[in-house]
Amino acid sequence: MSDTLALDSKDIEKKFGYAYAIRNISLQVRRGEFVALFGSNGAGKTTFLKVTAGLMRPTKGSLSIEGFDVAKNAEETRRRIGFLSHNTFVYRDLSPLENLKFFCRLYGVSDSEERLLGLLKRVDLAQRANEPVRAFSRGLQQRVGIARALLHDPSLILLDEPYTGLDAKAAQTLNDILDEAARSGKTIILTTHDIQQGLRAATRAVILDRGKVVHDGPAKDIAVQEAYVRYIHHGASA
Amino acid sequence: MRPVAAIVAKDIAIEYKNKEAFTSMLLFGLLVVVVFSFAFEGSDRHALAPGMLWVAYAFAGILGLNRSLNMEIDNDCLQGLLLSPVSRGDLYLGKVVGNFVFTLIAELVILPVFIILNNLAFNTVLIWIAGITLLGTLGFVAIGTTLSLISAQTRMKEVLLPALQIPMTFPVILSAVQATSLVMSEDSKGVSFPLSVLGIFSTVYITASYFVFEYIVEE
Repeated sequence: MSDTLALDSKDIEKKFGYAYAIRNISLQVRRGEFVALFGSNGAGKTTFLKVTAGLMRPTKGSLSIEGFDVAKNAEETRRRIGFLSHNTFVYRDLSPLENLKFFCRLYGVSDSEERLLGLLKRVDLAQRANEPVRAFSRGLQQRVGIARALLHDPSLILLDEPYTGLDAKAAQTLNDILDEAARSGKTIILTTHDIQQGLRAATRAVILDRGKVVHDGPAKDIAVQEAYVRYIHHGASA
Repeated sequence: MRPVAAIVAKDIAIEYKNKEAFTSMLLFGLLVVVVFSFAFEGSDRHALAPGMLWVAYAFAGILGLNRSLNMEIDNDCLQGLLLSPVSRGDLYLGKVVGNFVFTLIAELVILPVFIILNNLAFNTVLIWIAGITLLGTLGFVAIGTTLSLISAQTRMKEVLLPALQIPMTFPVILSAVQATSLVMSEDSKGVSFPLSVLGIFSTVYITASYFVFEYIVEE
């Protein structure tokens, strides 16, 4: 069973002081699934993704990525993850090409200019590959972030509010990339407030409320809409 | 060691483009040396000179550490580093080597100015001081890199870094001042003790930081 799971979390809990950010999250995501993770501010979406990506240590529980325990095989699991946040994690003083070359060296993948220019072409930045990122608008910087997150061909893509600051064209580019990734069998977990964006290509919808999973089901199910309205739109637990 | 080299090369590339760390470190270090040299005119100056040199090094070094830290905080780049399949210890070593290189380059400019203003000869004493500078700087940046990342998670990071750095590196700075003072008075016999202290602290700081770094950077 675990061979088919991209993500297997058991009773994950994260506390900051006495406050729970997430509690007892047990979520199994099969390889190739596209999961939309919804929740209002403070519901624990970002914390869950950060714990999954190895940026945060859970207070309790166990987590494995494609069969590798995150606590025991941290580097192996990070190699399989591409993480895109609303922060781009790229150096503003360097150009997109220099940024990607640097991250290629960290990931131990080919940093050939041809490959990286191809990646930049996918996000419509090939023409500006040598300009400093500092000169770019927020949306353009996010495109560099998209290229950075995908440069090592990750099998699990984690996206934390990736549409923040993107214009319509850049959002469409991201959608195209995600659709292509989903078609090629990659596992995608995307957090967003926006139900339309979230459900656009997702196969499964999970709703978090105050750190707990309150809904988990197929994305096309009408119950998702009802749960979204109940827990996020109306803030049932507030 | 490829990730370590990549981090150092990236830090050098960024510094080559904006020159922010080097300019501020150099300017501050030279100002301290020049102002102290004129402030302590007279017979006391020779006795105070080693302390003056290490005050200049220490404050220039803190400026460099602050700049190196800001580079990683901007755009949450540190998270980008932490997402990569590189051990936290190697990330630490990369940052230490980068900080060591920048601090050393600034010190290489400050030192000759210090020698000239203090009427010292460019002889074997200079080689001794250069050696002490190497060892002292290593201890300084070894713990400074860790402290800069601890202070990065607080609101008052610019204030907190020197407040942590100066007390933590007090044994390093004190030993470096003692060693410099001994070689400047051409009494190199007793220099082995402060040099040993410098070596021990540098080794302890690097080893401890290498292993605790992952607990410091993970939220």
